[in-house]
Amino acid sequence: MKLSARAFKYGDDINTDYIISGKYKFKSADMEAMAVHAMEELDPGYYDKVKPEGGFLVAGKNFGMGSSREQAPLVLIHSNTKAVLAKSFARIFYRNAINTGLPVVECDTDLIDDGDELELDLTGGVLRDVTKGIDIAIKPLPAVMAQLLADGGLVEHFKKHGGFAL
Amino acid sequence: MSPIAGKTIAEKIFSAHAGTDARAGDIVVADVDFVMGQDGTSPLAIRALENMGVEKVFDPGKVAVVMDHSSPSPLEGVSALHTMMREFGKKTGCAVYDVGEGVCHQLIPEKGHVVPGDLMVGCDSHTCTYGALNVFSTGVGSTDGAAAMAAGKLWFKVPETMKVTYEGELKPGVFSKDLVLYLAGQIGVDGATYEAIEFHGPVIEALSVEARMTMSNMAIEVGAKAGLMEADEKTLAWYEGRGDKTPDPVAPDADATYVRELAIDASVIGPQVAKPHAVDNVSPIEDVEGTPIAEGVLGTCTNGRLEDLAIAAKILEGRQVHSDVRFIVAPASRRILLDAIEAGYIQTLVAAGAALVTPGCGPCVGTHNGVPSDGENVISTANRNFKGRMGNSNAFIYLGSPATVAASVIEGKITDPRKYFEGGER
Repeated sequence: MKLSARAFKYGDDINTDYIISGKYKFKSADMEAMAVHAMEELDPGYYDKVKPEGGFLVAGKNFGMGSSREQAPLVLIHSNTKAVLAKSFARIFYRNAINTGLPVVECDTDLIDDGDELELDLTGGVLRDVTKGIDIAIKPLPAVMAQLLADGGLVEHFKKHGGFAL
Repeated sequence: MSPIAGKTIAEKIFSAHAGTDARAGDIVVADVDFVMGQDGTSPLAIRALENMGVEKVFDPGKVAVVMDHSSPSPLEGVSALHTMMREFGKKTGCAVYDVGEGVCHQLIPEKGHVVPGDLMVGCDSHTCTYGALNVFSTGVGSTDGAAAMAAGKLWFKVPETMKVTYEGELKPGVFSKDLVLYLAGQIGVDGATYEAIEFHGPVIEALSVEARMTMSNMAIEVGAKAGLMEADEKTLAWYEGRGDKTPDPVAPDADATYVRELAIDASVIGPQVAKPHAVDNVSPIEDVEGTPIAEGVLGTCTNGRLEDLAIAAKILEGRQVHSDVRFIVAPASRRILLDAIEAGYIQTLVAAGAALVTPGCGPCVGTHNGVPSDGENVISTANRNFKGRMGNSNAFIYLGSPATVAASVIEGKITDPRKYFEGGER
């Protein structure tokens, strides 16, 4: 799977309330409607910027800390976020992203600037910053998560195998 | 001694539930003893089960859904989600804790659903609360929760463990909330990411079970997967009359391997306050005293238990909440509300000017029960002060102990509670 889009860069410790505020997550189970509020606390223009062409959300350390809300990766998917690239991820968000099919990549995001054009080849494990003309090393997914992602997420894994087959 | 190193609490619980010799770093598929979801997460889990084509839960006696975050419903959208949960309960036979029963992290242990030695997952990040009861409990998302509801098992990475030992003794007017806020200030919001914490030492042993739950509840605020404590006679006594499951306490081996060890002298810790907008933005109360407040919150899964209400009632007895302050009290469960009525705490708090709301999450997560206005400061016993957390990104949330909140609502500004405790003067 090869993805190309622009980088939208933010800082460290971005919590799940910033990704989707609790005041919205309880209103409905319609993720398409909720996605307009994605990242609103940090950048109210996020949805309008990312939705038309798609984008990579680039962040520092500990992305997705806080709540277990699966609405967080879901609103990013529905806002046309192709993948999240960060130096590190909070544990629950990381699992939720894989389970729902949002690619998450650990890499040195200091090498990427806001607005850079990026290409991510998840199968080959290559991240290229086209603007800077450099390849950036990415940390491979744990084998169990790579298998889940290859099956299309946890729901598809269950449908395929009738339970856990890890 | 065996040449192979001993095990942490986490390694032992995962070994017992996966049927393997589980060590930190291993990936295991382990049996879970209980699975829980709340009203913000259960609807997505129910939908995931439908997408999986799963009609039944693995064991209806080991699954519960709880309406606590937005309950009673303030909006028609939420009402629809609650209906979905009630119908799921009828269809599968799992437990449904409806409006007014309380916050999930009080109900799950209070109803005896988990006991020492258990492994459980909940679709809520503060599921780590039951670590105080020697349960390996951790928060997961809705799809993981659905898989666990369907299969009775889930995959886990066995975490490394950080050992935190509290030495010395707690000073009057200082509480377990202050101990855990202090830890957050020391190690930061990602200080224990991917790790379990084991809390040890004489200070932990001296705490009540309720006070211990406050600390385990906030393990996630430093990124931890669990905040574990050993079970002792207090833990076992707490379970009397709470169901028929048999506790199987798990203690770490003396030669267990820890990734990091931290010793903290509790004797030098005073009341702590986390300032906006991060839980690790912690100061001694002296640094923020006098900050004006418009709202005080007593309750939540962190500090809405009987002991917390008792501490606040003791301070507010015969006193009045400041005229510029709204003081919102949300007991953590119906049981606690009844006990607090019986003990006279509710009478005291309401007479002092408190607004009592339904047992549950209260205003913590910004859905109802007291959204602050622009520019207002809130002092709360909750566990998170992220920008926008209480429903308004232009408000400012400070976190402290029930004593700090009670002392502050009297004066309308952040106030050191130690003056209300004998020997607590600084």
